[in-house]
Amino acid sequence: MVGDAISHAVLPGIVIAFLWSGSRDSVTMLLGAGALGIISTFLIEFLTNKGNLQSDASIGVTFTWLFALGVILISAFTGQVDLDQECVLYGEIAYVPLDTIVLNSGVDIGPQAIYLLGAVLLMVIAFVWLGFNQLRITSFDPQYAISLGISATLWNYLLMAFVSFTTVASFESVGAILVVAFLIAPAATAYLLTKRLKTMIFIASITGILSAIGGHFLAISINGSIAGAMATVAGIIFGIAFVYVRSKTKGDAKITSRESIVA
Amino acid sequence: MITQIDNPVIEIHDLSVSYEKKPVLWDVDMSLPEGKLIGIIGPNGAGKSTLLKSIMGLIPLSSGYINIEGKPLKEVRSKISYVPQRESVDWDFPTSVFEVVMMGRYGQLGLLKRPRKSDREIVMDSLHKVGMEAFKDRQISELSGGQQQRVFLARALAQQADIYFMDEPFAGVDAATEKAIVELLRSMSAQNKTVIVVHHDLQSVARYFDWIILLNMRLVASGPIEETFTPELLQETYGGKLTLLTEISDLIQKNRFPNRE
Ligand SMILES: Nc1ncnc2c1ncn2[C@@H]1O[C@H](COP(=O)(O)OP(=O)(O)O)[C@@H](O)[C@H]1O
Ligand SMILES: [Mg+2]
Repeated sequence: MVGDAISHAVLPGIVIAFLWSGSRDSVTMLLGAGALGIISTFLIEFLTNKGNLQSDASIGVTFTWLFALGVILISAFTGQVDLDQECVLYGEIAYVPLDTIVLNSGVDIGPQAIYLLGAVLLMVIAFVWLGFNQLRITSFDPQYAISLGISATLWNYLLMAFVSFTTVASFESVGAILVVAFLIAPAATAYLLTKRLKTMIFIASITGILSAIGGHFLAISINGSIAGAMATVAGIIFGIAFVYVRSKTKGDAKITSRESIVA
Repeated sequence: MITQIDNPVIEIHDLSVSYEKKPVLWDVDMSLPEGKLIGIIGPNGAGKSTLLKSIMGLIPLSSGYINIEGKPLKEVRSKISYVPQRESVDWDFPTSVFEVVMMGRYGQLGLLKRPRKSDREIVMDSLHKVGMEAFKDRQISELSGGQQQRVFLARALAQQADIYFMDEPFAGVDAATEKAIVELLRSMSAQNKTVIVVHHDLQSVARYFDWIILLNMRLVASGPIEETFTPELLQETYGGKLTLLTEISDLIQKNRFPNRE
């Protein structure tokens, strides 16, 4: 799961970008984390191809040590700089509405995060829309794609760059844990429910939206952490899908066995 | 015994390939005729798949060069088509039979373009040729091994290439599928397409191929089947591993190249 790996691996990038520039503005963070995202992709490829490791082993190695490095950096410098562990891990989604953009004329046009993440959303949609065929063929059968003259490496790096960007842009508002939860849970839920790629993408998006809304209300009603509640709801939806699919396949198996008895 | 020919469709010159300095192919030098059904024969680990991958430009060459229709690979990509080993992909990938076969059109489609009606017709025609029309909307995770192989073949056909490279298209398929595939390959070669197939069942070699390449890290032989499929050359290719050697020579005697119409 390269997306998961990247979302962990970009942590030191964010910290280093912050320590180096001393600013918490999103663009600096995006650049730092984007760079780490690409470095970790290189590292994974390198370990797999040259180090002869299995691909999941190289992914595991890469993201655990980079994430650990990030956590060490944060705890080492927490005292000196205004960057706390809680904030990076859990985000500060509750403060998002307060961090608004105020135009020169004095008009408040709403939270900054909405514009940043909205722009990322549009870019990701455009990327997946335009590159859908290339992304599908290079994920399914990279060697065949190369034989057609489609560069599997290029599309892999593009995909990873977009995963890094999305991760990093979301980091500031929602924190590492929610990013990881939302990278994995909705996609895993969709993978259980359908075998069609386009339907899968659609279900994953809907699940993500429902988890966010559901988590918001859950957090209000129990007066708990918003990020935690959203991750919990995403987990619950996955659990429901899992139970549903299990009971359905069992039902199908019964029907087929009955049919074969009749036949 | 390496038969070189004039105006070859594929010319391989002094090819050597290694994986991390471990040599896998040594000094392979051969030329292959157009419009023939060609078998690549050799024991496991002989470098058969590696040879195909080198021709397709999927791995770096240590030395030598390969020309196709007298040109380097880059200039003739659209004329050649590759069928990888079936196990090389994840068949649980969420996609349908139709979509996989459509991948054969991506080389021509280019970036950002959607498939046109003519592309869809070519895909349906390719599915028809392998007898998989009825399965076009199936998810690939729901196919049997033989059906998966047919889908891979249909995808290659959809490229409408002149030269086809196939890695073990008969591995793990049922007898009916094998027969259907062989007939398809024959009809392709009748239309002057060159078809190069990695194969490892010695029993059927003489019946299937016009020309064979015997490979075991180095090239043992390349030539017309009548001259190349001999006990001596097979012994040289398989070394001590070929305990069935006497059986094979019996086999060669018995059906000494049955009429292949
Ligand atoms: N990616 C790889 N890395 C290292 N060694 C490899 C790789 N692929 C194949 N080999 C080795 O190269 C040799 C030839 O492999 P291959 O071309 O797959 O043989 P064949 O297809 O004839 O069975 C084998 O010894 C195999 O172990
Ligand atoms: Mg092989």
